[in-house]
Amino acid sequence: MGGLLAIAGDRLMLQIRIHGRGGQGVVTAAEMLSVAAFEQGRHAQAFPSFGSERTGAPVVAFCRIDDREIRLREPIQAPDVLIVQDPTLLHQVDVFQGLHADGYVLINSKRSFHDLGLADIEKRFRVERLTTLPATEIALKHLGRPLPNAVLLGGFAALSGLITLEAVAHAICTKFSGKTADANVAAASEAYLYIQREMEELAHAQTN
Amino acid sequence: MLKQTEGSRAVAEAVALSRPEVICAYPISPQTHIVEGLGEMVKRGTLTPCEFINVESEFAAMSVAIGSSAAGARTYTATASQGLLFMAEAIYNASGLGLPIVMTVANRAIGAPINIWNDHSDSMSQRDCGWIQLFAESNQEALDLHIQAFKLAEELSMPVMVCMDGFILTHAYERVDIPEQAEVDAFLPPYVPRQVLDPADPVSIGAMVGPEAFMEVRYLAHAKQLMALDVIPRIAQEFAQRFGRASGGLVRGYRTEGAATIVVALGSVIGTLKDTIDEMRADGIAIGVLGIQSFRPFPLLAVREALQKAERVVVLEKSFSVGLGGVVSTDVRLALAGLDPRVTTVVAGLGGRAITKASLHRTLREAIAGTLEPLTFMDLDWRIVNRQLEREAQMRRSGPIAENLLRDVGAVASKVR
Repeated sequence: MGGLLAIAGDRLMLQIRIHGRGGQGVVTAAEMLSVAAFEQGRHAQAFPSFGSERTGAPVVAFCRIDDREIRLREPIQAPDVLIVQDPTLLHQVDVFQGLHADGYVLINSKRSFHDLGLADIEKRFRVERLTTLPATEIALKHLGRPLPNAVLLGGFAALSGLITLEAVAHAICTKFSGKTADANVAAASEAYLYIQREMEELAHAQTN
Repeated sequence: MLKQTEGSRAVAEAVALSRPEVICAYPISPQTHIVEGLGEMVKRGTLTPCEFINVESEFAAMSVAIGSSAAGARTYTATASQGLLFMAEAIYNASGLGLPIVMTVANRAIGAPINIWNDHSDSMSQRDCGWIQLFAESNQEALDLHIQAFKLAEELSMPVMVCMDGFILTHAYERVDIPEQAEVDAFLPPYVPRQVLDPADPVSIGAMVGPEAFMEVRYLAHAKQLMALDVIPRIAQEFAQRFGRASGGLVRGYRTEGAATIVVALGSVIGTLKDTIDEMRADGIAIGVLGIQSFRPFPLLAVREALQKAERVVVLEKSFSVGLGGVVSTDVRLALAGLDPRVTTVVAGLGGRAITKASLHRTLREAIAGTLEPLTFMDLDWRIVNRQLEREAQMRRSGPIAENLLRDVGAVASKVR
């Protein structure tokens, strides 16, 4: 859990905010993340932003992970981690609101931060903790449906090292069964490898 | 067994472990997942013998619950908000008849304006209905309180409402310890009714009572609630001994020792308050929180004992009596009759507005500085309130209030909270 301490400093609690649209499994993503953390012996709390649920409407879900009981019930206003399931939200919602200076950002997109028009974000935050992942494409390949939630969790496991791919796979299997579970696990695993490769390339580029 | 699950699912499992024989329910958010979970268990045959009855309304849900309870079956239902209001007449009948029904109220605001989010207006509206009202701080406590509620209801032969914050608890995934069936069976014996509709030994239940005995029947309901003041802590203690954790009881203090200021609250906001109070204590401020687990019966003596040494008391409420102020505050003031503490009411979190640590810090520090109004609406947007008042002063046809205020607020989708 060195990674956790590194990010949170003296704050032991890790706070994750997931942005997406109704129908993309935003709430399920937060719930699976909490199950993955629980699987690793942590305390975790996941909850939705309690809006009227409409397909396509902006949705936010939250997850807290800690080593002790989580009592706090407020929405997460200063996240350590942001997961953005739909890049079209970037121009509609201030998803970066409150993000910690050393926070992680994972955006579902084929394009880079720079190409998404987020060059200023790259300057404000730690570049090795910001990345994009073609989660919709990976989901389409494995599931035949554009459901990026489990895929992004696989990517997040690789990006942060805060949860393991095994715990993510376990969490996926508590929510889905049969072929759907297998396909989601395969998609999450591909995402994990994709991000791992991206990070290796970045590390290589930085050392040269 | 430790499990990471949704609050609603945890409650469904606790209810199933309590072996209900009849469950009748009508879906209303945020309670729906509880009865959905139970419905699945009945259909799968994992909860048996139990009859799940789909009814056509909340009024029917409580009416069927009355019938099945009178027939001697352990009976459960759940509702929220407008659903609770729609069953109000039958709620009074259930308690008036002394039927030990257990009902979850997944607390939610009451319209108009239409709102599906959490506050305590629904169960507070039934404050005087004669049911015991217990409030859960966490999903673990919600789970535990349901098991305790059946025991309590049946021992006293009166109905119990378990109130848990809608969405904040019902829709939150967190760690819960789900007890073993054998342990629950040892704690909660089979239901032995005091009165039962039995063809072999016929009685009628629900006689018309005139002025000659109506007051006495009602007084007995009150006397039973007073008995509950002894039974609730005893059951909580038995529960703690068997399951190894403190849940329920009348009141529970946190860092109240030597506290000059004590915040009184009900439900899940106690968690956020505890974190806030830890930070304030670290700053050298002598402050604590008193959670009220049993709102009806209201534990006047326990509240008085817990608060009597404080210099000031802040009652944080998720509902209020329009035209007066705090509901819980009124009871707290009664508990403190003749004592010194100054009681301030803070109304917060109405209609799902987030209660944040930042706002609590600010409000509680104002209370300590003595600058807080006796009745404060935390985080109230005075700008839109005053604009509407101006509109009404300026023109007769000022239009619908809710629509006007939404227009003044502007787009809300772009805000995170």
